[in-house]
Amino acid sequence: MAILDVRTRSGYLFLAVMLGHVILISAQVNSRSGVSLLESVTFGVFSEVQRGSSSGFSSVRNVWSRYVGLRHVEAENASLKRELDDVKIQLQERRALADRAKGLQALLDLRDRSNLQTMAAEIIASSSSPDFRTMTIDKGTGYGLRPDMAVIAPAGVVGRVVIPTLRSSKVQMLVDRNAAVGALIERSRAQGVAMGSGDPRLRLEYVSETADVVVGDLVVTSGIDGIFPKGFTIGSIDAVEKSGPSYKRITIKPAVDFSSLEEVLVVLTPTPIHQAEGGRE
Amino acid sequence: MKIAGILLAIVLALAAQTTIARHLAGGSAVDLVLVVVVYVALTSGSVAGLLTGTVAGLIQDSLLSTGLIGIGGLAKSIVGFVAGIIGTQFIVTQSLPRFLVFFVATVAHQAITIGLSVVLGQQSPGAPYAAVAGEALANAVVGVAAFQLAELLPGAVERRRMGKSRLRR
Repeated sequence: MAILDVRTRSGYLFLAVMLGHVILISAQVNSRSGVSLLESVTFGVFSEVQRGSSSGFSSVRNVWSRYVGLRHVEAENASLKRELDDVKIQLQERRALADRAKGLQALLDLRDRSNLQTMAAEIIASSSSPDFRTMTIDKGTGYGLRPDMAVIAPAGVVGRVVIPTLRSSKVQMLVDRNAAVGALIERSRAQGVAMGSGDPRLRLEYVSETADVVVGDLVVTSGIDGIFPKGFTIGSIDAVEKSGPSYKRITIKPAVDFSSLEEVLVVLTPTPIHQAEGGRE
Repeated sequence: MKIAGILLAIVLALAAQTTIARHLAGGSAVDLVLVVVVYVALTSGSVAGLLTGTVAGLIQDSLLSTGLIGIGGLAKSIVGFVAGIIGTQFIVTQSLPRFLVFFVATVAHQAITIGLSVVLGQQSPGAPYAAVAGEALANAVVGVAAFQLAELLPGAVERRRMGKSRLRR
């Protein structure tokens, strides 16, 4: 079909003339929508070009904004991590404050319940070697503290003041091997003496053979020692060993967790022993 | 010069088409503009045929057509281009081949015109075979006559000049 070969100069001219005629005719023919066919086709083609260019532009813009966004996210991530660390520290501080407030509230409740004149004190040091179970509180004679004043906590009896100074005092814990406190089995009203042994448990001594003591019994202060007010919790019976009719060994698990104490109350109300000392003076 | 001659031929054909031909019996069946386009295509080639068809067709559409301008131009451009190719690829020097070319060119022209008009809603579908055949016949006769006339005319003038010079001697 050499005669219809459009790859020649005349062929291109023929195509151009045909295109010109088609455009000319299309400009005069209305489409179904009433718009000129040329206008309709031109707009349709151009709208596709617009759609393509818009799509391309949107893609480029999206890629760019995501790239920029990622850079911002990296900086924001680092900033948020720093902020999170700060918040964690603040949270710990708030939690510590809350715990402290809770402890102080418990002390206040204890003071209200006991109807005793007490002085709140903060534990500033403690020694927990087997030989010396003592702690140091931040109140001393300047606040009215004197030797042998009872030290209590919301959970129970802590110990007694042994060496008060002007601004601080040493407190002997119940678990010290030289400590002792008059005790009473709350259920059976059996009496004895709770003594420290240097380890975390107390021993209940001088209990009558006829006394009714079972594991789990609550042990409270009897008040006969003249130091500790009557009725404060010492702990609960942890083990009971009998040798014949007599008790061989009774151990008490202290109600107070000495390792976690932070604040205590010192009982300022004169006990009989203090009153006697006061009378002698 | 050649372009001016072609334009002049187109103008004359249009003038004759609109004035003389419609007063002659069967004259309305002749498309003198198409005859000029095919004649130019056969004598000058496809490009000349194409451009002549374009110009002549557009002028004819703009002057005579009441429908879309460009249908006649498109049809005459195609016919002029193809006729020009035929004229350069084949030996079309005898009356019969020329008659056939004019005849087929007219049929093709009508087919394109009617087809486009129907497609574009300018004319209801239908095939006026007799009218097309009559126009093709008339165009072919006029076209062949135009070739004969054009081939005789330069010789007649030459002969007349020769006779005058002989009388002077």
